Amino acid sequence: MFLGVTLLIALIILPFGLGSYGLSLMISVLIFGLFAMSLDILIGYTGLVSFNHATFFGVGAYVVAILFYRGWDNFWLALPAAVAASVLLATVLGLVVLRSSGPYFLMITLAFGQMIFALAWKWRTFTGGDDGLPGIPRPDLGFPVSMWNEQNFYYLVLVFICLSFLLLRQLFRLPLGRAIIGVKESESRMQALGYNTWLLKYLAYVIAAGFAGLAGVLYVYYNGFISPQELNWTMSGMAILMVVIGGTGTLVGPVLGAGIILILQNLLSAYTERWPLVIGMLFVICVIHVKDGIAGYVMKLWEKGWKGYESPGSEKPN
Amino acid sequence: MKALEVRSLTKYYGEFQVLKNVSFSVEPGERRAIIGPNGAGKTTLFNIISGTLKPTLGKIFFFHRDVTYMSAYRRSRLGIGRTFQITNLFFNLSLMDNINLALQISNSSLNLEEFLRSWGFWEKRRTRVGNLSYGEQRQVELLLALAQSPKLILLDEPTAGMSPVETEAITRIITELPRDITILIIEHDMEVVFTLADSITVLHYGQILCEGTKEQVKSDPRVKEVYLGTAGEEV
Amino acid sequence: MEVTQIIIQVLNSISYGLLLFLLAAGLSLIFGLMGVINLAYGSFFMLGVYLSLAVIEQTGSFILALLGAATAVSLVSMVMEVCFIRKIYNRELDQVLLTFGFAYIFMDIVRWCWGGTPQSLPKPVMLQGSISILGAIFPVYRLAVIFVGILLALVLWLIVEKTRMGVIIKAGVDDKEMVSGLGINIRLYFTLIFALGAFLAAVGGVLGGPITGAYLGLDSEILVLALAVVVIGGLGTLKGAFLGSVLIGFMETFGNAFFPNYAMMTIYITMVAVLVLKPNGLLGKDERP
Repeated sequence: MFLGVTLLIALIILPFGLGSYGLSLMISVLIFGLFAMSLDILIGYTGLVSFNHATFFGVGAYVVAILFYRGWDNFWLALPAAVAASVLLATVLGLVVLRSSGPYFLMITLAFGQMIFALAWKWRTFTGGDDGLPGIPRPDLGFPVSMWNEQNFYYLVLVFICLSFLLLRQLFRLPLGRAIIGVKESESRMQALGYNTWLLKYLAYVIAAGFAGLAGVLYVYYNGFISPQELNWTMSGMAILMVVIGGTGTLVGPVLGAGIILILQNLLSAYTERWPLVIGMLFVICVIHVKDGIAGYVMKLWEKGWKGYESPGSEKPN
Repeated sequence: MKALEVRSLTKYYGEFQVLKNVSFSVEPGERRAIIGPNGAGKTTLFNIISGTLKPTLGKIFFFHRDVTYMSAYRRSRLGIGRTFQITNLFFNLSLMDNINLALQISNSSLNLEEFLRSWGFWEKRRTRVGNLSYGEQRQVELLLALAQSPKLILLDEPTAGMSPVETEAITRIITELPRDITILIIEHDMEVVFTLADSITVLHYGQILCEGTKEQVKSDPRVKEVYLGTAGEEV
Repeated sequence: MEVTQIIIQVLNSISYGLLLFLLAAGLSLIFGLMGVINLAYGSFFMLGVYLSLAVIEQTGSFILALLGAATAVSLVSMVMEVCFIRKIYNRELDQVLLTFGFAYIFMDIVRWCWGGTPQSLPKPVMLQGSISILGAIFPVYRLAVIFVGILLALVLWLIVEKTRMGVIIKAGVDDKEMVSGLGINIRLYFTLIFALGAFLAAVGGVLGGPITGAYLGLDSEILVLALAVVVIGGLGTLKGAFLGSVLIGFMETFGNAFFPNYAMMTIYITMVAVLVLKPNGLLGKDERP
């Protein structure tokens, strides 16, 4: 709690200490952090390593852009429509991909992700093909606050990521969320206890897609542009790295992971053209050395110094 | 009234026949042991009764209701609980969270605190289950199944890997369970079997070799030949 | 569509399908035996293409290019297996991250050495030109691909069905514990299997290079194709990989001919249809609990 409040205060005062470059980087970090956080629902809480998470991010972004191109530029209409589209796609895709599990699930999600990627590429009348859809303006919230101001947009993103975090944290304290965690821990035991584990995984998949779609919405408003590249498997892979580096099953960790990767990417690309090589090596190092992620590491230190062990999210006695 | 009835159960893995025409039935409140050498098909039988596997042929009735094609979780909700041979718990969650997962789905009126106190685990409620001793984990394995208030409970080698002292303790726990729970138990330890069970079914190469009360099975020459003769190694 | 055109399309489908088989067979074996998900698989193909390009530019010999590229890629994959993959058997998430990282590394190395401009590979001199089959004009090169593809499929089939290594592969696909229980040096076999997979991908690259060309992004396209093949055919079965490859070969070629704008989609539509009917692929086994 104390840690969380400190972090929040730091995030609130941060824009005052940053230049415009730093601020725009931080906005990206938060948007991708939300994206990674939504993937953590699957990897860290449900035990599903999904490789098409970029699909839902991209669909959210595309829906906003397509609506704008057809004259619907109301933020309060586009946002729910985009999230709904991601959720809807997940309810359909989930029916097919969740018939399998483990590595098979991973490969099938990857293949389906590339299917949607190819579709975005080919369906020019809607998506603009490889040219993408440029020129998406910042949203008009209907308040007298301009979103063209980077600082204001930063706070908008911050509000969304905080709300998402609180919602998800609450979810995993409710019986439904506890049951989803149970599936990650032992699916066979959950079935033996009477849980429809397929349904739980399906719900998690759909919920995660919704939040990924939300991240996509913020992304397209911020970036002003969306292209098929944002649906590519490299995006999904990058999100997995963010989750693992930051710490699975922590919600906050993936945001840290997003920060580390994006900041590193920005620093490196300023110095060398070879930054994909370095990122690749980062993946390798991450696998060989990082066990619980940064958040896991910090939490362990914290618990060692502060209190005895308590399982993640343990409820207080009734 | 039968608690469980298994009719002509046959199961193939590819071309390999694991169960051949297995039929038996269990009365409500009965405690039935399934014994047999390794590879006799005992765990496969359990998996089919609990619903994680589908039989190739045959039917399963639970209190006269055909559950052959019912999914595992629905059977569990009807009142078929089970434990696993290889400890299968939510290792990263606290003991309390483990039991809560069982309680929140079942329609039993058990209270977490009373339940844990009655089993002497209340003090350890906050311990991560992975940090409990092996013997305690095996007990929790049983507690999870009991927390859902099952009518029939399938115990897959509850004493697997336990010390003699721990074995005795868990045997006592099972013996003292209320009589309205029907028990089907796979067990290699003959002493445990003879302490617990009312009746015994001997499975050999996927077939029922013999079936009857403890005394009948003990004195059956075929059983002595294929199983009890080698029981010394199994224990 | 005329008969001659249909014959050409059928031959195109078969040659493309066999090319896919070279790629998918290795991916399928690696997964089936080792349980390793290799997302750097397409990179092996791409490396094969670029290395053969380099050798051809230096020596002009296609045979040398084939041998050189396949050997080099196999060696790289062996180093990768011994140094990294070996540490993470049975750790799905780590395999994904590691091999994804390697895909990045290989991609950037290729960009470093050859730049980002797409290049085309010359066909070997003796395989240039076309011949007439039943009145249809068909490039000799594609016939050669069919020939080599069938040859390799046969060799693989012989290895899997008739040799000790094959017995171990098959036993490994069914039951890993049993294999290690036999006291076989499973690690050595795993390294060899991994290298064999990379070898097949590289050979596919050298043979396919003149057809696909060399460009960045080839790796992921090939990986996804191979994945689709394996998913459609069923993981860990060579027969399934073969069936899946030929099926995709036909779908893609005829899809291209009939619906040129949505060619890529035909593969995916096939995949969805197969998965809805058979979640484990055409010849995939039912998962045991």
